[in-house]
Amino acid sequence: MSRESFDRELQELKRNLFQITSEVRKNLTASVKYLEKRDMQGAAMIIESDEIVNLKCLEIEEQCLNIIATQQPVATDLRLLFSVLQISTEIERIGDYAKGIARISQKIGPGELIKPLLSIPRMEEIAGEMLDDAIRAFTEDDETAARNIPARDLQIDVLYNQVHRELITFIMEKPSNIEQTMMLDWIAHNIERVGDRVVNICERVIFTVTGVPVDLN
Amino acid sequence: MKKRNAAQNTAFGVFWLTGAVAVLIMGFVVGYIMVKGLPGITADFFTTSPRGGLSGDGGIYSTIVTTFYMIVVTLVFATPLGVGAAIYLTEYSSNIDNKAICKLVSIARFGIETLAGVPSIIFGLFGYALFVSALNMGFSILSASLAGACLIIPVIIRTTEEALKSVPQGYREGSLALGANRWETTWKVVLPAALRGISTGILLSAGRIVSETAIFFVTLGGSYRVPHSLMSGGRTMALHVYYLAMETRAFDKAMSTAAVLVALIIIMNLTINTITSRISTKQG
Amino acid sequence: MEAERAEKTRMMTEDYSLFYGDFKALNNINIKIPTNKITAFIGPSGCGKSTLLRSFNRMNDLIPGVTTAGTIFLDGRNVAREDVVELRKKVGMVFQRPNPFPKSIFDNVAYGPRLHGTKNRSDLAVIVEKSLKRAALWEEVKDDLHKSGMSLSGGQQQRLCIARAIAIEPEVILMDEPASALDPVATLKIEELMNVLKRNYTIAIVTHNMQQAGRVSDYTAFMLTDEKRAGNLIELGPTKQIFTTPSDSRTEDYISGRFG
Repeated sequence: MSRESFDRELQELKRNLFQITSEVRKNLTASVKYLEKRDMQGAAMIIESDEIVNLKCLEIEEQCLNIIATQQPVATDLRLLFSVLQISTEIERIGDYAKGIARISQKIGPGELIKPLLSIPRMEEIAGEMLDDAIRAFTEDDETAARNIPARDLQIDVLYNQVHRELITFIMEKPSNIEQTMMLDWIAHNIERVGDRVVNICERVIFTVTGVPVDLN
Repeated sequence: MKKRNAAQNTAFGVFWLTGAVAVLIMGFVVGYIMVKGLPGITADFFTTSPRGGLSGDGGIYSTIVTTFYMIVVTLVFATPLGVGAAIYLTEYSSNIDNKAICKLVSIARFGIETLAGVPSIIFGLFGYALFVSALNMGFSILSASLAGACLIIPVIIRTTEEALKSVPQGYREGSLALGANRWETTWKVVLPAALRGISTGILLSAGRIVSETAIFFVTLGGSYRVPHSLMSGGRTMALHVYYLAMETRAFDKAMSTAAVLVALIIIMNLTINTITSRISTKQG
Repeated sequence: MEAERAEKTRMMTEDYSLFYGDFKALNNINIKIPTNKITAFIGPSGCGKSTLLRSFNRMNDLIPGVTTAGTIFLDGRNVAREDVVELRKKVGMVFQRPNPFPKSIFDNVAYGPRLHGTKNRSDLAVIVEKSLKRAALWEEVKDDLHKSGMSLSGGQQQRLCIARAIAIEPEVILMDEPASALDPVATLKIEELMNVLKRNYTIAIVTHNMQQAGRVSDYTAFMLTDEKRAGNLIELGPTKQIFTTPSDSRTEDYISGRFG
């Protein structure tokens, strides 16, 4: 006994969520890459692409509402829908961070950066992988993975503190760099926030599977 | 609480008693007839005809044959008319908008109900006046059957109507929705479903023919011979009981005939019971 | 989204009203039933949704004193002018209480085709098998085709009735609360079946169960009686829209259980 049409709708919903996640993931990586390469056009493309992500998030929201209104989901199905709503919000925010990085890159303007980027791309790498793993944990109902992912957020935090200190030294050495330095700090902060958002996603995964709300931060 | 229980017990006690008395009376009647009648029943009793005259001798062979003919011929007249009328009344008349026809139908219904309450001797008189004298059919199985048909048609109409009405409306709607017309629906779905109920009604009417005397007294003549055609007169078993008891004073023979009659009625009723109980288990 | 796509209309009413004697039971109904979709009629008891459904195959013709105004179209043709037998061949119906005939499963499904002229036993066997398969009942009864249709469970009986209806290849299937006499599991089976059937047929369903309308239908029509107790169409739209953002406050009150 199954509810084929209902299950089909749920699968489609998950697919859509997966799709915006990979879109956002691409933008996040690209934002740092274009920052490094000083690619203004690329930054503009990311800002544009985020519009589409936002629209797709609204679509997912509408889909969730339709399913709740017409299919009376309960138990796991209900938790799943609730989590999709929350996760799509988290993804949308992560997309905003990527867009934020692109904006800052535009503000910094073309020309060499004051220093080669080392920790920031590393932070992005970790955050991106966390995001991949978290969304995979969601589609596969993998509670264990969801519980293990947040540990990696600590690495991001450590890296962020490192970047922060480093940038402060930079300011002290050469106060004329203060503006760009602060912007780079802002970028690092954005990526740090991405890690936190991914942890939130992991919480939703665990809630979907077990029904127990958890706080992993 | 105790008071109320006492009242209940008293009431049930009284009902039990009245029920027991009723059963006792019936048991006594049947028992009396059987005890008195059974000793006289031999193989010869079934195979020889009454001697006739005032003797009271002989068996009941010719009366069994006459009874059988009466059942068959009466049902041949009454069943198509009764069932047909019932089909018209339940399956068609309720869907007619025409006011005149509606009026006619309600008159017909009233007529049927009245007929069902008319004493059978009235049908007998009517049969005598119309079939025996006016139509010159004489005292014959034909005259008696036609008169008997008048008596049982209301019974057949009513039981058939009941049977048709107990066919779920859903069958009709289901059939009509598939593009069947009213007649196809009636013939292919409703009648088969009502068949058991209708046969019950027909059996009940046959019972009526078996047990009826007054109406045949004035139409069948009373000949003790085996009938050889529809125009022959004759006597049914019930009529024979009357002649034996009242004219020849052969009470022992009357009792034996009565015993056979009672046995026949019991068998018919048992058949009806099996049919109806099968209906209820099927629909329940 | 996809609901916006232009759709073909299978049945349509135009200013359709229905009277029982002097009493107006349906008031100026204008509605379209899109092809190969499921359209659900919801509304409180007595709102006329069943009456409207039974107008589509002229089942109301059977009730003395019924008169109508306006027109109902099937594929652009006025149903009142069609031969009623032809109309009912094209517009099948499934009823609230499963009503298999007291005949064998085979004869139940073969009833319609026989009526319309298929006599050959092997032709009938093909139709019976195909119909029972489409009604998702074949696997359960294929070895018992001679058994009485009444011996099946309620849910099976209803699927038998669906098989019986589709055996004459209708274009439209009307369903009058097809699951209201069934348990939840049997109900679910019927609902899944409807989702499959809509590929080949246009379905209109009356249901008391709003959740059911939400689950199965593509379009929902909400009906309500006015102050003169005549049934009116209040709102018709894609089911998703009716259940999330109805445009009429009465629809919202009804679907959110605030009256009715």
